[in-house]
Amino acid sequence: MAYRHFEFIEKHAWTLGILTAVMVSLGGLAELLPTFVEAGSVRMSANARPYDPLRLAGRDVYVREGCYLCHSQMIRALRFETQRYGHFSTAEESAFDRPFQWGSKRTGPDLARVGGKYSDDWQRVHLMDPRALVPQSNMPAYPWLATAKVDGADVAARMRTLRKLHDPYTDADIAGAAKAVEGKTELDALVAYLQGLGIANEPQPAKTGAAGVAPVARSSP
Amino acid sequence: MTSAEYYNDRVVRLFLLAATVWGIVGMLLGMYAAAELAWPDLNFGIPWMTFSRIRPDHTFGVIFAFGGSALMGTCYYVVQRTGHTRLAWGPLAEFTFWGWQLVCVLAMATMPFGITQSKEYAEPEWFVDILTTIVWVSFGAVFFATLARRRIRHIYVANWYYGAFIIAVGLLHVVNNLALPVSLTKSYPIYSGVADAMVQWWYGHNAVAFFLTAGFLAMMYYFVPRQAQQPLWSYRFSIVNFWALISIYMWAGSHHLMYTALPDWVQSVGMAFSLVLLMPSWGSAANGLLTFNGAWHRLKTDPAAKFMVLALVFYAASTSEGSLMAIKTVNSLSHYTDWTIAHVHSGSLGWVAMITIGSLYAMAPRALGRPAMHSNKAMELHFWLHTAGTLLYVIAMWASGVTAGMMWRATEPDGSLTYAFIDSLLAIKPLYMVRWFGGVLIWLGMWVMAWNLWYTAANARKRIILPIPVPVPEPESQQTPAPLPAAG
Ligand code: HEC
Ligand code: HEM
Ligand code: HEM
Repeated sequence: MAYRHFEFIEKHAWTLGILTAVMVSLGGLAELLPTFVEAGSVRMSANARPYDPLRLAGRDVYVREGCYLCHSQMIRALRFETQRYGHFSTAEESAFDRPFQWGSKRTGPDLARVGGKYSDDWQRVHLMDPRALVPQSNMPAYPWLATAKVDGADVAARMRTLRKLHDPYTDADIAGAAKAVEGKTELDALVAYLQGLGIANEPQPAKTGAAGVAPVARSSP
Repeated sequence: MTSAEYYNDRVVRLFLLAATVWGIVGMLLGMYAAAELAWPDLNFGIPWMTFSRIRPDHTFGVIFAFGGSALMGTCYYVVQRTGHTRLAWGPLAEFTFWGWQLVCVLAMATMPFGITQSKEYAEPEWFVDILTTIVWVSFGAVFFATLARRRIRHIYVANWYYGAFIIAVGLLHVVNNLALPVSLTKSYPIYSGVADAMVQWWYGHNAVAFFLTAGFLAMMYYFVPRQAQQPLWSYRFSIVNFWALISIYMWAGSHHLMYTALPDWVQSVGMAFSLVLLMPSWGSAANGLLTFNGAWHRLKTDPAAKFMVLALVFYAASTSEGSLMAIKTVNSLSHYTDWTIAHVHSGSLGWVAMITIGSLYAMAPRALGRPAMHSNKAMELHFWLHTAGTLLYVIAMWASGVTAGMMWRATEPDGSLTYAFIDSLLAIKPLYMVRWFGGVLIWLGMWVMAWNLWYTAANARKRIILPIPVPVPEPESQQTPAPLPAAG
């Protein structure tokens, strides 16, 4: 292309703007569209179940508090990772996470398979005061969770919104939401969520291992 | 001879003030977050003071409030100067100022209270997102309308970068924030799992590309030749780099998701494009640095030029580092560690903050009707505080990242892991204190800048500055093909 073609672009604001818009759209389209198609097929697998009301409330507490800023939930397909945290994470396992909780920083350990690793009581004490259990930890204390109650009507509203986004909640699920969270605190909900991590939707081969400690299924490439 | 038109510098001055204030606020939050990682009890059991609640405020504060105000202010300044025309739609421009400040205040006042989408760099909830979109479209309208009424036929390269920044950020913001509200304070993204991850990092990476890179390159392409008092080293080279940069960046987002559940081919495409990206990145850095050829003696007397040169060096360094980290093998070590944080801050403190500070020092006296900044010594002091702080920060985080990464993968001869997780945290704790101290120096530097600007603005505060008339341009046939800001 001769330079004068460039010059034309540089003298016409609309041409410049439109060409810019085209160029910045290409890469996104090429990567996003196929990923949507693949992600769609993941959602359709039969054994994927959405969060029950209490865990949903807990997941939303996790999101609200920003735990993802220090904890990942994505065990990479690398040997030293699977050895430390268990079976590598699969697409199916985060199919109901809005937003996804893979994280990008591990100030604390990965939590993708923390479910069942500790007792409920350990989790409670740890969230209230991490340094009571792990003196060197720099995890913040979250004492206010113990007093905040989960609102049943709110959880039901959230489930209805999620159903609009095609998460497979039934009418019965939604009707039972208020009862399921009755009297529960945000701490109860968060602990329930943590204890379910890596268990509810764990990939099939990993189910053969002992509770919470998934076997190393495949080594890194 | 002058036409009867005057530059609209009022809105520029407002953004200058906002950038200074937000710089101090945003970096204070960064400093506090850094302190909490070293001394975790600093949240005192108060929800909104907790690390995980204020870190989004730090990133929003420095990127969108500080960086955004500086970008919008310089954009309005540059598009007028390079087009020899007054800003179009003055009241709308004023609206973009107040609107943007409202966006920043609303976002930063809601996120610490748990009103957040928790998508990195796109945390504010849906009602803030809608307001952001309105302000952004207005910003684009003012910018392109001003371009449309320019009197210089040729659009100077800085404006292309501002244009790309406006178009791309608008697109990214809308696509990534599509969500269904449950209530005023809670919404769910329409994407989930893998799809959400891909959209989020397509956004996240290109927020880096178009907000933290293209926008600030625009600043660079105007203020570097201005401060060097020489034309750009190669104008044609800047064109090639522009088209390469804006097309390649959009393909590279998946390097944030290496070895994850994202389909393999997307990861590989991301890695390949990240490597190619090195060329336009270095191209712009070289173009900026070579512009100083023959004017290097200015560095001895002009701290603003020093900020710019070091910014370009950091830009070259952090983009090389980025391309390196996008190689899968390297990423297996660096991902999840403080190496990422080191890369982020060599980009943001080294490149983004330094080019901004340099440009503000170059622009402020002109916009405030003074021959020069109030104090040269204060600028010099700021330069050394900022440089020392940045080096402390970045070196500490490199050391921390590599240490943690190596400890996580270390195995014994029998194949078992050598270290428990907590061992790595213990090893890097002292480095968190070093990083915090670096942050303190940088923050003090921002106060020095604020003090200096306050006195430089003496006339503006008394409202006794005269508006600057728009010069009458050469007739079109006699305009040089690429008008150089050094002359304008
Ligand atoms: C400042 C970073 C930080 C934040 C924010 C944070 N954590 Fe942690 N977390 C850590 C660190 C460091 C550890 C390891 C030491 C320990 O057990 O306390 C940890 C450990 C854990 C563990 C035990 C993991 C294991 O395998 O031993 C759980 C569970 C946990 N955190 C949950 C949470 C939840 C839930 C939140 C949000 C409410 C949260 N964390 C917020 C840093 C953080
Ligand atoms: C006084 C100066 C600064 C200090 C002390 C500081 C401190 C911090 C801290 C402690 C974090 C959290 C790291 C973690 O999660 O482990 C952080 C994250 C971040 N900061 Fe800063 N910061 C400063 C300036 C800036 C500036 C000027 C910018 C941008 C223009 C910036 C952009 C970011 C970004 C993008 C992140 C998120 C990184 C990630 O999650 O990968 N910071 N900063
Ligand atoms: C050629 C240019 C660049 C490339 C190829 C590149 C590549 C990368 C890679 C591979 C990561 C690590 C992702 C991960 O492992 O999680 C990363 C993170 C990051 N980079 Fe860059 N980078 C480039 C330039 C820049 C610049 C100039 C900045 C400016 C500030 C920047 C800001 C960031 C931020 C904020 C993150 C952290 C995102 C997060 O995890 O929260 N990058 N980059």
